[in-house]
This record gives sequence, C-alpha cells and structure tokens, in this order.
Amino acid sequence: MVDVALQSDALGSAEAATRAAVLDRLRLGDAVFRSLTRAAAFAVLLLLSGVIVSLFIGALPAIRQFGLGFLISQQWNPVSDTFGGLAPIYGTIITSFIAMLIAVPVGLMIAFFLTELCPQWLRRPIGIAIELLAGIPSIIYGIWGLFIFAPFLQQTLQPFLIDTLGNVPLIAPLFAGPPFGIGMLTAGLILAIMVLPFITSISRDVFEAVPPVLKEAAYGVGCTTWEVVRHVVLPYARVGVIGGVMLALGRALGETMAVTFVIGNAHRISASLLAPGTTISAVIANEFTEAVSTLYTSSLIELGLILFVITFVVLAIARYLLLRIERRIG
Amino acid sequence: MAVRYAVRRHRNTTATVLALVATAIGLGWLVLILGSLLWHGFSGLSLSVFTQMTPAPDSAGGLLNPIVGSLIITALAVAIGTPIGMLAGTYMAEYGRYDRASSVIRFVNDILLSAPSIVVGLFIYQVVVAPMGHFSALAGGVALAVLVIPVVVRTTEDMLRLVPNSLREAASSIGLPRYLTITNICYRAARAGMVTGVLLAVARISGETAPLLFTSLNNQFWNVNLNAPTASLPVVIFLFALSPYKEWQALAWTGALIITLAVLALSIIARTLAASKGQS
Repeated sequence: MVDVALQSDALGSAEAATRAAVLDRLRLGDAVFRSLTRAAAFAVLLLLSGVIVSLFIGALPAIRQFGLGFLISQQWNPVSDTFGGLAPIYGTIITSFIAMLIAVPVGLMIAFFLTELCPQWLRRPIGIAIELLAGIPSIIYGIWGLFIFAPFLQQTLQPFLIDTLGNVPLIAPLFAGPPFGIGMLTAGLILAIMVLPFITSISRDVFEAVPPVLKEAAYGVGCTTWEVVRHVVLPYARVGVIGGVMLALGRALGETMAVTFVIGNAHRISASLLAPGTTISAVIANEFTEAVSTLYTSSLIELGLILFVITFVVLAIARYLLLRIERRIG
Repeated sequence: MAVRYAVRRHRNTTATVLALVATAIGLGWLVLILGSLLWHGFSGLSLSVFTQMTPAPDSAGGLLNPIVGSLIITALAVAIGTPIGMLAGTYMAEYGRYDRASSVIRFVNDILLSAPSIVVGLFIYQVVVAPMGHFSALAGGVALAVLVIPVVVRTTEDMLRLVPNSLREAASSIGLPRYLTITNICYRAARAGMVTGVLLAVARISGETAPLLFTSLNNQFWNVNLNAPTASLPVVIFLFALSPYKEWQALAWTGALIITLAVLALSIIARTLAASKGQS
C-alpha cells in the first residue's frame, strides 16, 4: 500500500513536471499563434494606410509644384514639365458614367429575368455564365475591344450615331467628329460589359432576399410580374442595389487595361464622346515607365492618389450600404 | 377599365421582353468574346508557342519565357499572400471574432478587394522597385500578393465562420489549446473552402496586367532570376497587341486564349470544390 502510494507520488511529481512543461509549451504556442494572426490582421490595415502614405509621399513634388491647380489644369506637357490632371479625371468620370448608364438598367433587367421569369433549371447556368463575364481578365476585354469591338463600332454604331443623334440640337456636339472606333464611347461600352456581372449578381441576391410574403401579397391584389418587381421588389431591395451599383462604379473607375486599349490616349477634353480621350489609369499605364523627370513621375503618382481616393470613397459607400442590407437579411 | 388592364398587361409584356433582351445581350457578349478568342487564339496555337521564346519583330516565336515568368510571379504572389491572408482571416474569425478591430479590418479588406490594381502597382513601385533601384520578378510577386491577400482573408474568414462552434467546444473540452483547435480542427473542417479561396485568388491575379507594368516590367529573354525584370503573359499580350507586327498580334491572341482558359479552368475547379463542400 505504502509502496504504491510512494510510487504514485514519485510518478505524480514527475508527471506534474512534464504536465507543467507541456502546458507551458501549449500556452506559448497559443500566445505565438494568436499574435501571429493578429499581426497578419493588422498588416491588412497597414497595407491600406501604406498605399495612401506612399502615394502621398510620391505625389508631394507635384502637389508642391502645382497645388490645387493640378485638378483644374488641362496642360500635360512633359517637355516643359507642366502637368494638370483635368483631362484624365474628366475621362475617368465620363467613361464610368457611360458604363453605368448602360450597365445599371441591363444588369437590373437580367436580375429581374433571373429571379422572376427564368425557369428554375435555367437560373443556375445563366447566373454562372453572367458571372463568367466577371472572371475574364481585363486584358482580354482590351484585346477584344481593340481588334473586334472598336472596328465594329467604327463601321456601324458610330456612323449611325453621327447621322442621327449628331443632328439633334443640344446633344449634337456629343456625337460630332469622325468615327475613330476607339474613344470615350467605346471605352464606356467595354466598361459596361465588364461591370454588368457585379450589378447582376448583387441585385439578384438582394432580389431573392425579398420576403416571398410581400410578393405574394402584391400578386394577390392582382399586380403583374413587372408591377411586383417595380413597386415591391425594387423598393425593398433598393439599398442593396445601390450598394451593388456603387461597387460596380468603383470597378469601372479603376479599370485599367481594357480602357487603355480602346481609349485612344489623347490628353484633351473634347465634347464629342466619339473622340479619343484618356483616363487616370490609362495615363499611368501608358506613361509611367517612360516618365523621366521627377515631376512627371510625381504627377502620375498624384493621379494615382486621386484615383485611389475617389474609388475609396465610392467603395466605402458601397460597402456601408451592403453591410446595412446584410444586417437586415442576416 | 378594360383599357387600363390592357395598358398594364402591355407594360408587363414590354418589361418581360426587355428582360429577355438584356439577358440575351449579357450572354451574347460572353459568347462573342469567347468565340473571337477561340477563333483568333486557336489559329496561332501550336507546340512552338510553349517551346520558343518571344520573337523579335517580324519573326516567328513562342511565349515560353512569359508563360514561365507568369508562373514564377504567380507562385511568388501566392507564397507571400496566402499565409498572411489566412492568418489574418483566422484572427478575424477565431480570436477577434467579436472585436471592433475585426469589423474595421473587414471593412478595409473589402475595399482592398476591389481597389484599382494599377494603384497597387504604383504602391509597390514606391516601396519595392524604387528602393531596390530596378524592376524585378520579386516586385511583381509582391504586387500580386497585395491582390491575393484580400481574397484569401475574405474566404478564410467566411469559411471559418461556417465551422460549427460545437466542434471548437468539443476540442476545448478535451483540453486542446486554442491554436491546436484552430489548426487541427477548424482548418480541417474549412479546408475545401480555403483552397477555393486560394484558387479564386490565383484566377484573379493570373490575368492582372496593370500592377506588373512597372514592377516586373518585361524581358525579351529567358529569365528565372527573381531579382531581374521578368516577362509575364499579360504584359506581353499588352505590348504585342498594341504593336504593328502581325506575328506579335497573333501571339497576343494566343496568349489571351491561354490566360482565359487557365482562368476559366481555375474558377470552374473552385466552383466545383465549393459546390461539393456545400452539399456534404
């Protein structure tokens, strides 16, 4: 009895020691892993601030030199080292505007089709096909736009627009000039195709989240399918749809390669949508490696900073709206 | 009364037709793009594309060095971005699930997810290329890693959140410390989803051009040195497509086809993985 007790005691202390050692190791492991994950999580925050700070530092020479005039000057002259960002900023806004003008109604109509009209067995394949559009790399849109879409527009849509809308008072200047094929309109159209899937898939998700009771009640009082969508589904899903649209807008603003191929890269602001122009991202993509003077590089970085700030605000609004709808659904 | 009904029915028909047209436009565009890609890409597809280097103007050649360069840069990006992304996602789903910091990080991460990639290129130029003094595959890899991180963070967090808490509680009840619970239980349960996230990230970056333009630049010759400028498929497509040479343009189409097929294959694999996970 005594023997056994002694033995177990001896064993116990040895066991306790190893047990403590193991526990210490585990505790250490936990602390290490915890701080490791925490560091990685904060690295994400650091990334965002790093982008802003580094771009700001890079843009400082240009900011010092040109001040706020950078935003309203159209001058872009590497020879005399004077730079103003108005033309690319204007191009970015106009091309994105054209893109949204087309992609929002088309995207919403596709979402309407997918949620209300489409037979059940076709919904998944069509949904996936539309989402594949989002998966195609932007450079593919670029090369397709340059070789296929732009010549096509040059021969068909653009002469048509010039002959018809080009003669309508007030909007005539928008469609003046020869059909180049490439230009603001082409870039806007390509962007529209690219952001379409974002609008469609988010709208579809929020449309599907509308409580069936609401729709059934509307059908019950005799509404047509369109009336249900227009007066019940759309108002209910409004916040989510706007969130999706803003997300798509963020994409359109920052899209580079597809636009660079078809915009024409002309540093001027023309009233005509058919004329070549440029966007912030296209200028940076085209000229950054060629920029020799500090001021040139710095001006391009300032453009990048402006682009980042604009998209940041747009995306932040989008995320905020989508977060709100998520909370309501979840 | 009858007139009003007719008007309403008419409107409904119009809307239905418009919805059909919109869907046809969307699908038609996909078909058009893929069709012309296959048409132009396949004609140039041959073995020499995979065995020869990019040619000088006006001569035949292949895409071997940009293909290898793209693989190297992508591998670098995944190697750098995945661990950081997974750890960050782990923190947000496990340790810091109810932290305020986590929701801030989630918000920032979602913004980074759709931030313009060209700005990422500028950022890496500022912090990597400029101090090093030259363009390199390494810089390209880091730039793409910045794009990988948000995708992986997002999917890791989402997938870990789907792991039922009862699993964690069971692990804790037999005395498993938190980190072993996460690595041995949660990761295992969420594995398919996390792999899907990495695949999606690879699909996302394999077509990215803008961040590579002034990080890894381009290289006409064979190069596997991480510290030297390296060709990548997207950048070569960009340069060749805009060149006046027919051979280069043909190679650009073929390269575009290769990238698209790779990206589509990756997303289909990712989708199937996610779908099979969802059923079990």
